[in-house]
Amino acid sequence: MNPSLIRQEKINRSGVKSARSSNLKRRKFSQSLAFTFLWLMGFAAMAILIWIIGYVFVKGLPAINLEFLTTRPAGGFDGEGGISTTIVTTVYLVIFTIAVAAPLGIGAAIYFIEYASESQQRSKFIRWLIKTARTGVEILAGVPSIIFGLFGFAIFVSYMKLGFSLLSAGLSGACLILPVIIRTTEEALLAVPESYREGSLGLGATKWQTVTGVVLPAAIPGIVTGIVLSIGRIISETAIFWVTLGGSYRLPQNLMSSGRTLALHVYMLATETRAFDKAMGTSAILIIIIMILNLAINLSSKYFQKRLSGK
Amino acid sequence: MRSSKLNGNSKIIAKDFNLFYGDFQALKDINVDIPEHAITSIIGPSGCGKSTFLRSINRMNELIPSVRTTGNIFLDNENIFTQDVVELRKQVGMVFQRPNPFPKSIFDNVAYGPRAHGLKNKAVLVDIVEKSLVQAALWEEVKDNLNKSGLALSGGQQQRLCIARALAVEPQVILMDEPASALDPIATLKIEELIQNLKKEYTIVIVTHNMQQAARASDYTMVFNMYPDRSGYIIEYGKTTQVFTNPREKITEDYISGRFG
Repeated sequence: MNPSLIRQEKINRSGVKSARSSNLKRRKFSQSLAFTFLWLMGFAAMAILIWIIGYVFVKGLPAINLEFLTTRPAGGFDGEGGISTTIVTTVYLVIFTIAVAAPLGIGAAIYFIEYASESQQRSKFIRWLIKTARTGVEILAGVPSIIFGLFGFAIFVSYMKLGFSLLSAGLSGACLILPVIIRTTEEALLAVPESYREGSLGLGATKWQTVTGVVLPAAIPGIVTGIVLSIGRIISETAIFWVTLGGSYRLPQNLMSSGRTLALHVYMLATETRAFDKAMGTSAILIIIIMILNLAINLSSKYFQKRLSGK
Repeated sequence: MRSSKLNGNSKIIAKDFNLFYGDFQALKDINVDIPEHAITSIIGPSGCGKSTFLRSINRMNELIPSVRTTGNIFLDNENIFTQDVVELRKQVGMVFQRPNPFPKSIFDNVAYGPRAHGLKNKAVLVDIVEKSLVQAALWEEVKDNLNKSGLALSGGQQQRLCIARALAVEPQVILMDEPASALDPIATLKIEELIQNLKKEYTIVIVTHNMQQAARASDYTMVFNMYPDRSGYIIEYGKTTQVFTNPREKITEDYISGRFG
């Protein structure tokens, strides 16, 4: 209701019943009180975020220059050198991890949403298996990353003798993000209207043609969002890679090479050297990358929305 | 009611057909012949199984896990339940209540069916798309914008696009589930005109809630009703003129005159 109408209301009612108008006053007071309170909370949350990001940028940006970005870390008590190899290692690790986890996760989600109901009819055992698998995914999504790290250390690094390597770290990272990709893909598939599936099946398309021809294209935006979120997760995790990737600051030569990601480098600089400025500089780079990723999510979802709605 | 033999060749024959959702029987002893190259409308009160019966003809109900059927339905004297379901749906197209174009271009929407059945030749596809859109009375409105998204069309145009999409597969039967219920009166009239033109080449079965639509647009009318246990059955079936002017059953008369339903 617009303000002039409220005023009108007040005039109409005043004099008729004073009790009612005092009630209105009280209601309006509680309304403005709540409004102020909520505004303050929103403002406080924003302020804290800006404080953190601002602090990292103010402390970190002076350390960033072309040399910092293009030379490799040299180690030592003062954290000599730059961060070039850590950037490269991060990129390698992200690509490898997604290459492993995305097909697995998307495939599993397609099975759970599009095919599971059919196989469930066939036997009680399969129904139980699917239910257990989905519950497992839910639980895994909430497990702390270091536990995936310990698992990776025990299985990939030690038992399978893959050592501290991109391979070990990538496989452990894939386990970590698998639940994320499965859940986001499931949600994206569930959001595809049933009428698309009926339309396609009604034309005599097979189930698989329906999935690839109509369902997946419509679900792509949600799936892409899930993958980008997973990329962010890989970039920002530390502990899991500390126990699977090792910490070498040399350029990784192959999948068996050890390495250190940006986030891991920040951790090392902060705990083992006096180069606090360089830790902050690396953090600033990390934050910038995460910002770019978020921007990418926004742009891609806008692009897909436009393409799908046809406007 | 036993099946009533009507004039013309039977295209679809249902014999002692029953359908259950879990323990609930939704259709009871359906026996009916649906003639070729004619429009057969299915009317009746809400919840009496009209759509369920329609969706049985191309086995769309199988998408619901709890559905179970007994008895048979024949298409050209072939049992549809022993045919491959993909082949069946190629012969029996369907248009849904709400227009459901895919989020693709107009061209890709119409070409979807033929492509799914393995047609790759671009020139042939272009021909089929044009022919189908002309048949669906949409060609003149979209011929310059075939790359535009199907979702950018108006509701009535979308429904005609869905009809074109069904025609592109060259089915013999087209099932329509209240195809005009989500459209305005002008768009509805367009769809009705279009259906009249289609009956020369296709057998059309249409579920409708609109008595006038059934009366003016169909050749035969099937009236569904339900037993006290809510399972649906056919109470009357005959030429539309007979059903509407001289119904055999009191319930039919009450229903079409708007006394219930």
